[in-house]
Amino acid sequence: MTELIASLLAITLRAGTSLIYATIGEIYTERSGILNLGVEGMMLMSAVTSFATVYYTANLFLAILVAMLVGGTLAGIHAFLSVSMRANQVVSGLSITLFGSGMASFLGQRLGPQSNSGYLVGLVGSKFEPIAIPLFSNLPVIGAVFKQDILTYFVYLLLPLAWFYLYRTRNGLNLRAVGENPQTADAMGINVAKVRYIYTILGGMLVGIGGAHLSLSYAPGWTENITGGRGWIVIALVIFSMWNPARAVWGAILFGGINAVQFRLQASGTTIPASYLNMLPYLATISVLVVLTWWETLSKRVGAPSALAKSYMREEK
Amino acid sequence: METKTPILEMKGITKRFPNVVANDHVDLELYPGEVLALLGENGAGKSSLMNVLAGLYRADEGEIFIRGKRVEINSPRDAMLLGIGMVHQNFMLVDTMTVAENIIMGMSDLPFIPDMEDVSKRIRELSKQYNLQVDPLSYIWQLSVGEQQRVEILKLIYRGAEILILDEPTAVLTPRESKELSGVIHHMTQEGKSAIFITHKMEEVITFSDWVRVLHKGRLVTVKKTRETHPQELARLMVGRDVLFRLEKKARNFGDVALELKDVRALDDKGLPALKGITLNIRSGEILGIAGVAGNGQTQLVEVLTGLRKTTGGTIRIFDEEKANKSPLEIINTGVSHIPADRIARGIAGDMSVANNLVMKCYRKPPLVKKGVLHPSRILDLAHRMIDLFRIDTPTPQTHAKFLSGGNIQKTILARELDACRGLLIAAYPSRGLDVGATEFVRNQMIAQSQAGTAILLISEDLEELVTVADKIAVLFEGRIMGIVPSSEADTEKLGMLMTGVKV
Repeated sequence: MTELIASLLAITLRAGTSLIYATIGEIYTERSGILNLGVEGMMLMSAVTSFATVYYTANLFLAILVAMLVGGTLAGIHAFLSVSMRANQVVSGLSITLFGSGMASFLGQRLGPQSNSGYLVGLVGSKFEPIAIPLFSNLPVIGAVFKQDILTYFVYLLLPLAWFYLYRTRNGLNLRAVGENPQTADAMGINVAKVRYIYTILGGMLVGIGGAHLSLSYAPGWTENITGGRGWIVIALVIFSMWNPARAVWGAILFGGINAVQFRLQASGTTIPASYLNMLPYLATISVLVVLTWWETLSKRVGAPSALAKSYMREEK
Repeated sequence: METKTPILEMKGITKRFPNVVANDHVDLELYPGEVLALLGENGAGKSSLMNVLAGLYRADEGEIFIRGKRVEINSPRDAMLLGIGMVHQNFMLVDTMTVAENIIMGMSDLPFIPDMEDVSKRIRELSKQYNLQVDPLSYIWQLSVGEQQRVEILKLIYRGAEILILDEPTAVLTPRESKELSGVIHHMTQEGKSAIFITHKMEEVITFSDWVRVLHKGRLVTVKKTRETHPQELARLMVGRDVLFRLEKKARNFGDVALELKDVRALDDKGLPALKGITLNIRSGEILGIAGVAGNGQTQLVEVLTGLRKTTGGTIRIFDEEKANKSPLEIINTGVSHIPADRIARGIAGDMSVANNLVMKCYRKPPLVKKGVLHPSRILDLAHRMIDLFRIDTPTPQTHAKFLSGGNIQKTILARELDACRGLLIAAYPSRGLDVGATEFVRNQMIAQSQAGTAILLISEDLEELVTVADKIAVLFEGRIMGIVPSSEADTEKLGMLMTGVKV
């Protein structure tokens, strides 16, 4: 039994890492009032470009940088469209996803070596190896927590930091204000457009790391549609976390855990279709939305940023 | 006076909006330690002028000097660094954040990790010093409007503003809160700070200000020392004619009971009892005024009557039919009209045209609709008639309603509600924030409506309005009716005592 739990925990953490990066990234973006539905496309683009980088240079650090650059650039386009051009954010975000999915698939067939006729599929590159922390990794059951790759360890740091930054620092306060009430933030001397650009791009970078984790650690390697819809799960997890980075961990564990259970069940030859389990994160999200809508006081405290997906311009009423 | 240099000078400020010139070469001077009142009708350009000063709008022409030095104000941050702070008519506060967070938000010299204990301590000190009591740790959504305004003022003081702009500060306040506010302003000018305040209330101009500037249709009409002028002169300058402060009221007979409340109870948003057994009735042709300090159940009373809030007890009979907890549509269909307190949120759809806003209550019926399809030319015809009748100042009927000034938005609502009204009108603060001319218009419309047999429930904070318009005045205090007084016998002392919970 302990062995089962330990193995479930191991899979959960591995599956949850990329989700947490992307969820925190999207939380920051949405907190500024920008809804970026391009997560799926950004994750795919970062996954393919970072894998190509690692394949040719064997430099994991560089690969992560490339992933952040790609994610940040795509998010930058979204920021330009939604902040400066005041385009419809849903349309712009969906375009990024459509563009990113198509482009990633295209690059996956062109960036590979001649020997593989340009394909990246099936190639092996360097990957993030688990690093066992002495003593801790030998603990029963929770040992798995200390037998992860460096990106997962960094998540342990990122979660509390992301929370602290949002709720305890000057910049976090300004960020929350912009997402809640841009008119007020503006009148208080906060540069609304700047804040929205910064956190949309920063969010995109984190989403990029999330994508890179898939092709550099979780899979590893490149396959078509490597994300398997994780970009959409992230959008759901942001709501599930009620825009609080600290709660992102529960969502990611829930989904990662469902993944893990599903592996186990399939291994044991169950007849329950995997699709049912895949629905669970979305069902959980719907339940959260239902509760939020019902319970008004709660929604005032932890609901969506009031100005989410609304563009702002100073002299417009 | 001539030897004093102005702390602020605005020269030849012009601000244009699509279709409108909001300010046309307006000059303004403000001296240290003095209060300047900006007086003008709705849409005279007072708010735009102040938004230019606060950095929210950019002037198309003109120059601004602070202490004799020419300055560029391109953003609210620039304004703040120059010591200019503004309390906007619609408060600039983030509901989901605490008072302390709202106060320090966006400050440039804030440490990366603000010490909230320290911030709260300073806020408490300032609260005490200026008599602006508020708990730094409460969330904004938990506060009353009066408390929120205190937060706004504290915010400016905390940031060291030297020039305070107050946009109709007393429009949302009770008489007592207004008095406290005048104390605060006095305290601040004693310390050498200066204030500009925008208002419609003549009494405030006289009691608060040292100087008055009157704006009319975007132009500066006059500059007067407050001591050297009088209300009649200012009112004339403002509207271009003498205002009739008194209204003619003919004695008349009332009809059947149109609205009857028995022991009505309801909760507020926080789940606390807001109405604790309201019993009253209004006959056809009668105007019942509701006086009381804001937050004593007025909002909830209006909401239960219009179907926007559930009651927890008692009966509401409209034209002798039980209407408690019915849907708003059902209540509208019985002929009840509603002039809401929050015009922007509940009165209009800002992104729809004035014409569509005007027909929002009657579009369901012929001749505006035929077999489920709207008839645009008939809608437009009706809108044109209503715009003329109510003298709504809009560039075209197709203009989005949000572009109108506050007074014209109110006229739009009034036109729609009176047109649809068949027997009972619920009017919440119908003349709040309106200029003298528009106020008179609104009051006359209500009286005319009552003479035509409509029962009217009029909620107002303006005692003068209640006394002149209403037949009887009921005073609300902590969710109960403290007493009902015929207006002929009502005086400020009696009402004031009832409003503060003293039985007479």
